[in-house]
Amino acid sequence: MSVLALPASAARARSARRATLRALASSKTFVVGVVILGWWVLCALFSSVITPHDPLTQSPDVLGAPSLHHLMGTDQLGRDVFSRVLAGAGSILAIAPAATLLAVAAGTTLGLLTGYLRGAVDDIVSRLIEAVLALPLVVIAVVVVVALGHSTLTLIVVLGVLFTPLITRTVRAAVLSERELDYVPAARLRGERAPHIMFAEILPNITAPIIVETTVRLGYAIFMIAGLTFLGFGVQEPSPNWALQISDNYTLLAAGNYWWTVLFPALAIASLVIAINLIADGVSRVSER
Amino acid sequence: MARFLLKRLGLAIITLFLVSVLVFAVAQVLPGNIGRNVLGGFATPMAVAQLNHQLGVDRPVWTQYWSWISNFAEGNLGTSLQYRVPVWPLLQTSLLNSLKLAAVAFVLVVPLSILGGVFAALRRGRLADRVITLSGLSLTAIPEFVSAIVLILVFGLLLRVLPVEATAPPGSGFFTQVKYLLLPGAALTLVLFGYIARMARAGTIEALDSDYTRTAYLKGLPTRTVIRRHGLRNSVLPTIAVVATQIGYLVGGLVVIEKLFNYNGIGQRIYTAAQNKDFTMLQSSVLVIAIVYLAASLIADLVYSLLNPRIRYGGAA
Repeated sequence: MSVLALPASAARARSARRATLRALASSKTFVVGVVILGWWVLCALFSSVITPHDPLTQSPDVLGAPSLHHLMGTDQLGRDVFSRVLAGAGSILAIAPAATLLAVAAGTTLGLLTGYLRGAVDDIVSRLIEAVLALPLVVIAVVVVVALGHSTLTLIVVLGVLFTPLITRTVRAAVLSERELDYVPAARLRGERAPHIMFAEILPNITAPIIVETTVRLGYAIFMIAGLTFLGFGVQEPSPNWALQISDNYTLLAAGNYWWTVLFPALAIASLVIAINLIADGVSRVSER
Repeated sequence: MARFLLKRLGLAIITLFLVSVLVFAVAQVLPGNIGRNVLGGFATPMAVAQLNHQLGVDRPVWTQYWSWISNFAEGNLGTSLQYRVPVWPLLQTSLLNSLKLAAVAFVLVVPLSILGGVFAALRRGRLADRVITLSGLSLTAIPEFVSAIVLILVFGLLLRVLPVEATAPPGSGFFTQVKYLLLPGAALTLVLFGYIARMARAGTIEALDSDYTRTAYLKGLPTRTVIRRHGLRNSVLPTIAVVATQIGYLVGGLVVIEKLFNYNGIGQRIYTAAQNKDFTMLQSSVLVIAIVYLAASLIADLVYSLLNPRIRYGGAA
């Protein structure tokens, strides 16, 4: 690759990117996903402005059914469920992407190292990955979160570390097929060092699988964080959080029919994960083309 | 064949060793003095030290690991710190309960998702295909406790056709127990449906596009026979593979579902042990789960290779 060819290839890359964006915009599933996600992001950013009631304020109107004043009713402490659902978008939309990004950064680095260097590093890391993946992720997460004590930061780090092997595996597979292509030996003959080849030559060529993997993992991160929060290992009371709302109120279901305390947060979680999945589906379809 | 199995077995044993080290390390990180945790804040330091000595947790870490793992291999899983009784009888009951729940989930999900996948493949590109694929994809992403809540609301409270608890009254017959397990089983089914249906769909499409299917049509076999003999059989293979990989998820799903339904299974066991820092219970139950999981994967590999004559036993690890 000569220096003169670079501007042309940069222009080609730009037009390819534009074509990708156009393809995404014409995918119905992707657009629907983005709209739902966008709604929740807006809720998270402006929750203090748009909530009709304060999500933390308690009132004597306990377990009130949905009405014009409380669109989704009130919970055991008389808090407005609608306001708590709107404000609940914040915590999950902060924790899940943070954990995913941590895992993508670590997994990409490990994947590049194991896939490019092979040898002993690869063998050891691959065995360790198999050992981690031999255990159900939720079980490890529960054990580790209990061991380290629960805080939001712990949750982010634990999920980030647990997702790293999955991303490492994907990146490693992509690197393995990429390193057989001519440009890698060419760079090596040019005298480039291994870090340069890994991060400047190979990495730009495997962004597509990494992006697909990121969107898929983001959905799964929300799935896991919701589950762990439901178990009591995530965000704690009185913060508004969908999974926490469900775990606080589901025992009421057997006692009486206070369905609104759990149904609306459940639908909120469902809509968010479906949105992420629609986006992931759109992204992977476009990248497969 | 024997070599292939031996190799898989060897890898499984190495993985198991690493898992045991991992689990043990994490259990050791559990904060706090174990004797103090068990006896509470008012116990004398001497009583705490004595209990620590009695439990053997004042020995070097390596000695503790070795005594745990060698006892485990002999079937002695240790004594629960929380209940002060042997771990295994408690674990055995929970394991059995979880297997019942998992069995109900599998009996629901496997035929449903294979039918769904094959049907989607036959209607490829049409509305039914899009609906099955997209709803499967979406259901897979929804946390099981969320779908369980919706199922409880609809079938338990609105229609009142199914019990909202998972535990049948003691002494119930087989069908009553199954009835109680239907709601939690269905929640797990919803998560797994998407994965398995997708694999079944892909397998069927591959089979339908192949030359031998065309030959079957050309030699005049009726469509129904072609689908049953070639389509269905080829959709079963990838399904077995994906079922094996989903066993790990299933156990994790059990933790959440068993908590939601307050069902005494292995997931609930691990959850309670983690909450109460009962680390002998915790490390032994997690290792038992790893063994069950690896054994299930081995069996799935075996069944897969028996059903699929194309597999190469020598090369693939």
